[in-house]
Amino acid sequence: YIVTIRVKPDHSGVVTDGVKHSMNPFCEIAVEEAVKLKEKKFIKEVVAVSCGPTQVTETIRTALAMGCDRGIHVEVSGKDYEAMGPLQIAKIFAALAKKEEASLVILGKQAIDDDCNQTGQMTAALLDWPQGTFASEVTIDGEKVKVVREIDGGLETIKISMPAVLTADLRLNTPRYATLPNIMKAKKKKIANMKPADLGVDMVSRVEVLRVDEPPTRLAGVKVETVDDLVAKLKANGTI
Amino acid sequence: MANPLRREVRQLYKNLLYLGREYPQGADYFRERLNSAFVKNKYVTDPKEIRKLVDCGEDVIKELGTLYYLKEYSAMKKRFYEEELLGLLNIGRPTD
Repeated sequence: YIVTIRVKPDHSGVVTDGVKHSMNPFCEIAVEEAVKLKEKKFIKEVVAVSCGPTQVTETIRTALAMGCDRGIHVEVSGKDYEAMGPLQIAKIFAALAKKEEASLVILGKQAIDDDCNQTGQMTAALLDWPQGTFASEVTIDGEKVKVVREIDGGLETIKISMPAVLTADLRLNTPRYATLPNIMKAKKKKIANMKPADLGVDMVSRVEVLRVDEPPTRLAGVKVETVDDLVAKLKANGTI
Repeated sequence: MANPLRREVRQLYKNLLYLGREYPQGADYFRERLNSAFVKNKYVTDPKEIRKLVDCGEDVIKELGTLYYLKEYSAMKKRFYEEELLGLLNIGRPTD
């Protein structure tokens, strides 16, 4: 999550070749919550899913090291991968949720590379399932889920029935670090491989990126010696 | 060194080395310090002493995990929860 981002010279996007990739921080929190629910015996099995090229299996392995039981790698590469956005991923997740008969789909509230904050909501809509988004607390109560959501005005508590889609916010939990012994154990867990076509999903994007630009560079600050100087500068600036 | 402890010490070293890859001041810096810490205790033979040192190492593993988590948490907080932080510091929203 801390890498120096450079915009491609043709302004079509951001340089991703050779850039170190890792699990989206909010998705780490989602994985942790799923594993916690399994440890508390509310759910039987946690399946980690990721869509993308081969490198994505490393991220699935991290999820397996955190405690997921098995993984599914939906292979998307090349032009399809560059054009892939929340809608395509939501279609894939919806198809998988039905196929695997999942009772919960838990994901991060947004990806920090595109900040879309759409995948969870779209997945719920495609499945016609209730959604508990921006979750900062999740409790399972029989066939229902109590979700405390972080909203602008404070916190909102809702109760939704399962199956449901949940998206994780920053304060939901503290994700465990995948230590070496856990990574070794995770090597025995299975990662299934499939393509979007196997799930009947078309990857055509309805969105076209026209241009990507860097944010304007921040101007250097000006240092002043005395308070009078500061007042004079602010007056000259028209601020006061 | 007693045999079962030898395996534990080696595992501890490997685990710490793996964690040190993401050390903020650099993986090499971490590896140097890790090596000198292990070499310093090379001639310890008392199993109780060794046990204590290994437990110390396990604590370092926990500390590193917490360090990495806090780094990520504060980065996310700065990026996505600017309004909250400004409110905490009692500063108004910057006007452009």
